[in-house]
Amino acid sequence: MRFVIALLVFVSIAAQAVIETYEFSDPALEERYRQLSAELRCPKCQNQNIADSNAPISQDLRRLLYEQLEAGASDEEILEYMVARYGEFVRYRPSYDGATLILWLAPLGLLVLALVGVVATLRGRRSMSEEALLDPGQQQRLDELLEQAGQDK
Amino acid sequence: MPARLKLFLPLILFAVLAAFLLRGLQLDPTELPSALIDQPLPAFSLTALGSGEALTRESVTGQVALFNVWATWCVSCRVEHPYLTDLGAAGVAIYGVNYKDDDAAAITWLEQLGDPYILSIADREGTLGLDLGVYGAPETYLVDAAGVVRYRHVGVVDERVWTTILAPIYRELGGQGGPQ
Repeated sequence: MRFVIALLVFVSIAAQAVIETYEFSDPALEERYRQLSAELRCPKCQNQNIADSNAPISQDLRRLLYEQLEAGASDEEILEYMVARYGEFVRYRPSYDGATLILWLAPLGLLVLALVGVVATLRGRRSMSEEALLDPGQQQRLDELLEQAGQDK
Repeated sequence: MPARLKLFLPLILFAVLAAFLLRGLQLDPTELPSALIDQPLPAFSLTALGSGEALTRESVTGQVALFNVWATWCVSCRVEHPYLTDLGAAGVAIYGVNYKDDDAAAITWLEQLGDPYILSIADREGTLGLDLGVYGAPETYLVDAAGVVRYRHVGVVDERVWTTILAPIYRELGGQGGPQ
């Protein structure tokens, strides 16, 4: 058991060591590096951003990101550069355009649809309860019957 | 009638959802669409593996050809190599992109396993690979005579991939050769 724990500790240290660090000339660049690398998706490993991934492609992209930041590229330029090569897939926050519009609008659309559904159901229920009401004659008869039943006891 | 329709609404919703999920089952999530489809092959300035000849985009375009991204460190490349050699022998135009590799190891590999390539572009730093959007070797790009990328296949090219996917596009574009 102790051996297993030791092994686990060892393995996790080895995995951490693969992520390299870069020296930035400006702390602001480092902050943007952190944001962008968290927002760019690793093309190889699908469900990791390039900040967390050990895939060789992620290492390349991190180095590229570092170089471009140091060269003074804007966030938009960097994202455009990545999308031109790896497609919209690399962005965890896709842009607003024709193909991705449905992604952005679908949640809103579903919410509206759900609200319409709820309103329609509630209205239907109310009209049903109105229908179920008795007319004055029936109500009188019901009261009489109830009274009668009470006396019978 | 609308009340009757309402009864069927859950069934209709289920059918639509099932159709989407069924389609999802058949898709391979690891296959990304290439951003380069219908875009010109990226410009580059590299040398040929072995001969050291200077190469640019213009020196490798002009005919319908496959561009196969390979490396000696790539296990699947070894798997697909025999079939590529067959294709090359049958007259299919194949260029190699030797991706982030060691020249000496790559030359030895071609000597031992056969060389299906017209030539291999030595992309030691992976710059061409980056411009192509390569995210894992092997990848194979189908480029037309005008130098425009028409298709990208990620993974091993075998007989099935060639006959069902690549060959129809290759022939339609006017590519020469290939097993009959």
